[in-house]
Amino acid sequence: MPASSPRSGDTDAAMPLIVDNVCKRFGDHVALDGVSLEARQGEFLALLGPSGSGKTTLLRVLAGLERPDQGAVTFAGEDLLAMDARARRIGMVFQHYALFRHMSVAQNIAFGLEVRPARSRPAPSEIRKRVERLLELVQLQGLGGRYPAQLSGGQRQRVALARALAIEPRMLLLDEPFGALDARVRRDLRAWLRQIHDETGLTTIFVTHDQEEAMDLADRVAILRDGRLEQVDTPDRIYDSPASAFVFSFVGEGVQLPGHVADGVLSAAGWRTPAPAGTAAGEVTVSFRGECADLLPAPADGLPARILAVSRRGGSSRVTCEIGGQTFTLEAPKTLMAPGVEARLIPRSLTLHPK
Amino acid sequence: MNARRLSAGRLALIASALIALSLIVVLPLAMVFHEALRQGAGAYVAALAEPDAWAAMRLTLLVAAISVPLNAVFGLAAAWTIAKFEFRGRSLLVTLIDLPFSISPVVSGLVWVLLFGVNGWLGPLMQELGIRVIFNITGVILATLLVTLPFVARELIPLMEQQGGDEETAAITLGAGPWTTFFRVTLPNVKWGLLYGVLLCNARAMGEFGAVSVVSGHIRGLTNTLPLHVEILYNEYDFVGAFAVATVLAGLALVTLGLKSALEWRHAGELAAVRRH
Amino acid sequence: MSRALSPAVAAMSRKPWRKGSVLPGFPLALGLTLTWLSLIFLIPLSALLLRPWELGLSGFWTVVTDPRVLAALRISFGAAALAAAINAGLGLLIAWVLSRYDFPGRRWVDALVDLPFALPTAVAGIALTAIYAPNGPLGAPLAEMGLRVAYTPLGIVLALIFVGLPFVVRTVQPVLEDLDREVEEAARTLGATPRQTAWRVVLPALAPALLTGVGLAFARAAGEYGSVIFIAGNMPLRSEIAPLLIVIKLEQFDYAGAAAVGLAMLALSFTGLLLLNTLQGALARRGRA
Repeated sequence: MPASSPRSGDTDAAMPLIVDNVCKRFGDHVALDGVSLEARQGEFLALLGPSGSGKTTLLRVLAGLERPDQGAVTFAGEDLLAMDARARRIGMVFQHYALFRHMSVAQNIAFGLEVRPARSRPAPSEIRKRVERLLELVQLQGLGGRYPAQLSGGQRQRVALARALAIEPRMLLLDEPFGALDARVRRDLRAWLRQIHDETGLTTIFVTHDQEEAMDLADRVAILRDGRLEQVDTPDRIYDSPASAFVFSFVGEGVQLPGHVADGVLSAAGWRTPAPAGTAAGEVTVSFRGECADLLPAPADGLPARILAVSRRGGSSRVTCEIGGQTFTLEAPKTLMAPGVEARLIPRSLTLHPK
Repeated sequence: MNARRLSAGRLALIASALIALSLIVVLPLAMVFHEALRQGAGAYVAALAEPDAWAAMRLTLLVAAISVPLNAVFGLAAAWTIAKFEFRGRSLLVTLIDLPFSISPVVSGLVWVLLFGVNGWLGPLMQELGIRVIFNITGVILATLLVTLPFVARELIPLMEQQGGDEETAAITLGAGPWTTFFRVTLPNVKWGLLYGVLLCNARAMGEFGAVSVVSGHIRGLTNTLPLHVEILYNEYDFVGAFAVATVLAGLALVTLGLKSALEWRHAGELAAVRRH
Repeated sequence: MSRALSPAVAAMSRKPWRKGSVLPGFPLALGLTLTWLSLIFLIPLSALLLRPWELGLSGFWTVVTDPRVLAALRISFGAAALAAAINAGLGLLIAWVLSRYDFPGRRWVDALVDLPFALPTAVAGIALTAIYAPNGPLGAPLAEMGLRVAYTPLGIVLALIFVGLPFVVRTVQPVLEDLDREVEEAARTLGATPRQTAWRVVLPALAPALLTGVGLAFARAAGEYGSVIFIAGNMPLRSEIAPLLIVIKLEQFDYAGAAAVGLAMLALSFTGLLLLNTLQGALARRGRA
């Protein structure tokens, strides 16, 4: 029974998945601490975070493999929590594929259709047709008779995806789908997964700890830490406008220093500069990306940076320097500066987060 | 291990499994003690104090004391050969070592009679030399050796295969000699597996019936082990006596089970990966 | 293209049967192993393999096809097969309950499963007889139902169930415990009921291990003596087991005859195990490249 969500002004068709204040603890450990988010129809949403952040737990709550202690989860107005994992029609791809070893590829894919009760089960010929179509979709035509042990890791992952798609799920969940694969296969599969998503138009949520992967693939990224949602936004906005010092440090490289704002002046690591307008006084964390800063030899008005190492690659350099007692590595335009030199790093723009 | 909420179906499954186990396994154990004490504790103790029973116990201990260490050394040698080296015929060797395990105990006794019995290949020779093998302690020991041959090896081979040869190789490169390496690197690594194998080997050595029955001649006081003594008493309708002696063996079995479980619970990581019987 | 090989490499290529290793003690360990194995097992075994032919091929055949021998073999192996089949079900049930459910005392129950393995066979034999005798705790109610157990082939089967149970449980249990939970969760998300998951996903994965366990139970039961000799009736042609026949022939100094029966037993066990192994191999090949 579709019911309009009290939360957003959009209709349920646009915001089908609504997670509302979900909490889950395992014994003493709090896995999810009041997480709320929404996903649009057809969106490709990444759950990103370090291990222990609760991202996998959240995914399992969505799948029905864990019951939250508190909170609500609805999809297109239907209360998912009232349904068992079996009934939710959610396609899940597990980190280690979880293929049925004693069944062939075709039997694996057909499984979800064959276990349906007699009235909703398609005819065997129909099942076979669907399996064939899915094999084509995942580019494994002709391999229906093989067994999982005879496939490579990448192929197994594709079978797992086809199997999940076979039940025509309302939502696709992927748990670190590329975690068990090597780097090259990972990159190939990434592009291909995005392609499949665009073809099927399914709302897809995937969990990863690899920020490059999340930023590369997702429409929006949800960053979790210690069971709490730090930020949900497009990759660009997360990169450019991190909501917290943690988000900044988790995504992308840059410089992060403790600083102090008083009387409109920001001081950090021995550098004083006018604080951005409207900054409250107090302790702050100063963050900026390497490409948003200029590296000049001393004397100049900027952060004192002592260069420790320079590694030149093509048109840019990776500079390792010591600022305020900490070591940072940044991309900088090709520089002729050598290790040992005292330089100044001048951020053109920076972000401040209160401590 | 996942603890699940007990639904009616699950409860039924657990109950049926427990009932099956009680009827099949626990009942016989209980029966031994029940029958032994049927005529009261006095009769029980008297049966155990019989000199023949004591002789049987002594013989059983002697046989175990000889067979177990010998087969333990064999097990170590076999495991060293098989686990640390690759050679053609390796899997054949493993299969051969495992074979005595699947042979009927009576056959394990039969083969010794075929060798040393009156009509055996070496029978006449033994008679000339005045050596009695069959109907003698020697025969009993030989039969026990055959039956318990694989026990220690079976535990050590997978364990040592799992551990590989890296540590020993490191010791060699550091200048240790072969025996030093064996005693100071290999042995400490397998000590729990060795203990486990010795435990099972001992249980079988003390409890063996079929093989020993064929070679021993049932000579009371001389070639009677505890299990054989149980049979003799039973066949003479001395049920209390038979069951009384049986309780000693049952007690041994329980001690074995207890030590075995303790080893499994505490040192699971240091025993072979696959528990096979 | 010829290059002089270093002496060490040349030495190794002369002995292709062994891969070189820096670890010492191979000759000594192998020698000890082979010597002991030969003395205690292979040489006595050869006596068994060769002795029956003293009767000649036709003589051997006559002994083995004697009605009493045939009956004994039928009873030993038939009862073993039946007991192993029953243990397949019981063992699976017990292994399932032990590895998937938790209940008070589970650890102790788990330890008890090994009792038939640790208990001396003669002790088991007299205990089982006492239980199923007409005046025993189970024998009496069964007798009222008109079932005689002790001293009949039925008693033999029951005794062999006792003997073989741990083999099935202990081979199935580790496989059950190692079963990837994700696979069952996958089945659940795909819409399978718990029963469908058990039938279609879990049990097929257990099939190879179950077969192995049944094979082990069968091999052990076919040759079993001590647990059975008391409860069997030992009536020739009716409830006489093959090992007993061997003992009887030995007592009559018919060594060749005893060896013939022993050889026949070995051959039958071997065939049975070979069959099971092939079946298991076919099953396992689905799960392996």
